[in-house]
Amino acid sequence: MAKGTALGRVRGLGSARSGSSHWWAQRVTAFANIALMTWFIVSLVRLPDLTYFTVANWLRQPSAAIPMVLFVASVFYHFRLGVQVMIEDYAHEEGWKLSLVLALNFYVAVAGAVALFAILKLAFGGSVG
Amino acid sequence: MASAPPAARPRPISPHLTHWRWGIHMVVSILHRVTGHALALGAVPLFCWWLVALASGERAYGSFYRTLSGWFGYMLAIGFTWVTLQHMANGVRHLVMDSGAGFEIGTNKRSATSTLVFSLVVTLGLWGAIAMSRGGI
Repeated sequence: MAKGTALGRVRGLGSARSGSSHWWAQRVTAFANIALMTWFIVSLVRLPDLTYFTVANWLRQPSAAIPMVLFVASVFYHFRLGVQVMIEDYAHEEGWKLSLVLALNFYVAVAGAVALFAILKLAFGGSVG
Repeated sequence: MASAPPAARPRPISPHLTHWRWGIHMVVSILHRVTGHALALGAVPLFCWWLVALASGERAYGSFYRTLSGWFGYMLAIGFTWVTLQHMANGVRHLVMDSGAGFEIGTNKRSATSTLVFSLVVTLGLWGAIAMSRGGI
């Protein structure tokens, strides 16, 4: 059986043949999350209040909508990876594990689409009066 | 012929929560998973509701705001602030450990403790500042 190159052997480690890229993506998104979560918390705290006009007028600006799109992408990808690891740790029966990972993927896809659509609708929707 | 097996000795048991002596590094490790899942399954739906309410207009946002502006909302907000900061602080600790550093038992326990100190102090400081600037939460 061909062993391939060292890199070839490392690629595709893990039961899903993607263990190393999963691990790496978790770290890359972790770094991005530090910056994006700090931005999110600081931005919310700096708003004078959390009423509709204040928040909507803040988020519809490109300087808020663009980081928020990145925030959703990075945080949602990160939690998808993390929850998948928990499922793989605790769901031992193959069918059950597959169903849970499938449900997780649908959850992330739907929540991500909803969140991104809402941000873009607000950003492209013009003035909120 | 073969000599009798040695007196039955308990076999090594698989490491699990019930078999380890609890330490702060273990608490923080478990908290990392608990906080991560609280965010993924608890904070994410709330966050999506917030965004959809904003995109849907003043009335929808009003019902979101009214639901979450009572004591229950503050409990959630303060709780998720701590959960987020704890997950972030221990996440940074894990990134350091990914480089191979900080595994010595003393260092490891100190860094674990410091994540808890950080998350609690910053949560209290942040909400204390918010309370003071608004004359009460």
